[in-house]
Amino acid sequence: MDRKIAVVICFAFGLVMFAQYFSAHPLARSVNQTIADYWQIIFAFALIVGVVGFLNNNFQQVRKGQDRPFRLLSLAGFVIMPVLAMIWGIKTGTPFLWVFENVQVPMQSTVFALLAFFVASASYRGFRARSVPAAILLSAALIILVSRSFATGPLSDWLPGVAEWIRNNPSMAARRAILIGIGLGSLTTSLRVILGIERTWLGGGK
Amino acid sequence: MDIGTAVAGLLTLAILTFLYRDNPIYKMAESLLIGVSIGYVLVITWSSTLMSLLFTPLLTDGRVWLIVPLLFGLMMFGRFHKRTLFLSRFPIGVMIGSGAGIAIPVMLEQRTLKQMTATVMPLVTESGWPDLSALVVLLGVLTTLCYFYFSREHKGAFGIAARIGTWFLMIFFGTTFGYMVMSRMSTFIGRMEFLLTDFFQLTG
Repeated sequence: MDRKIAVVICFAFGLVMFAQYFSAHPLARSVNQTIADYWQIIFAFALIVGVVGFLNNNFQQVRKGQDRPFRLLSLAGFVIMPVLAMIWGIKTGTPFLWVFENVQVPMQSTVFALLAFFVASASYRGFRARSVPAAILLSAALIILVSRSFATGPLSDWLPGVAEWIRNNPSMAARRAILIGIGLGSLTTSLRVILGIERTWLGGGK
Repeated sequence: MDIGTAVAGLLTLAILTFLYRDNPIYKMAESLLIGVSIGYVLVITWSSTLMSLLFTPLLTDGRVWLIVPLLFGLMMFGRFHKRTLFLSRFPIGVMIGSGAGIAIPVMLEQRTLKQMTATVMPLVTESGWPDLSALVVLLGVLTTLCYFYFSREHKGAFGIAARIGTWFLMIFFGTTFGYMVMSRMSTFIGRMEFLLTDFFQLTG
């Protein structure tokens, strides 16, 4: 029964959001904004569910003694942010933003930067021009990399132009076809969801 | 050097130790990053969504109809117990349904129709010469779509078109890879610049 109610709710909200797109009436705009706000509010509650899962998992690991110092550090990092926000607020110049700018941002960007090495080393091992498609992939990547890094002398005159042409034409063509496919796929999946044909989102259990 | 730069520098070095191998210093920094990031997202969500969209308008401005999303939101907590798990399906239904409803016209307009319109361009220039770029784009889109069409076996002329489509896909993957590596590299250069200039104060 609860599954049927969930499907009906899904259908009703889907139909309303679909229909409001075709109306410029202020009421339709207002309905759109209201449901968008509902969406954000429910998403925030879903985030809290995720946070509780994170805390539960970490506490369990601490209790079992697995990676205890690291888990405790994670929990400390998690606790300190709301505490700082509650005491000093979240405006510019507060300790909350200080932690964000001097702890979170540097570490996050360094983790992203690290990927450059791992992607490069993985491609060094993986890129072998064994077939025509593999050779094309390798050539396109090399042209982009060389044009953006150490192309000097005569190479620097024409290689950036070639790279730009590749990006704007053959690469763009494949990207466009992928986007058209994604668009059509999303369209049909959305229709299936709204009409109740696709029900995997209901999950398992009773 | 101020304390913020010192902390940021030490944590940057801690993350960079992973280049040697997985080690406790890196794990400590990683654990701290996970905790702080989740804490940050929670605080921002609380202040920018729950307070400004729900609790302040509901409790201060008296917008009682906001009880509806509040109830849907609270139903999400049904996931904490097997017996109340079914309750969480209703708010998920709202999210999935409204997302799907909005996606149909948007995807059709933004993804499909706009991309098709941009593909169908004049193939001959004003001077009477064929426009090579427009031809390549049209050929690339058609052949790549052939590759993604699985309802027919990739044989004969259709198979050749699908094979050419894979070449275009490889060019796309290659360029995407190249740009991705370059963007990561520029982030790395930024971190190195920070370490050498601000943290170690080796350059001016």
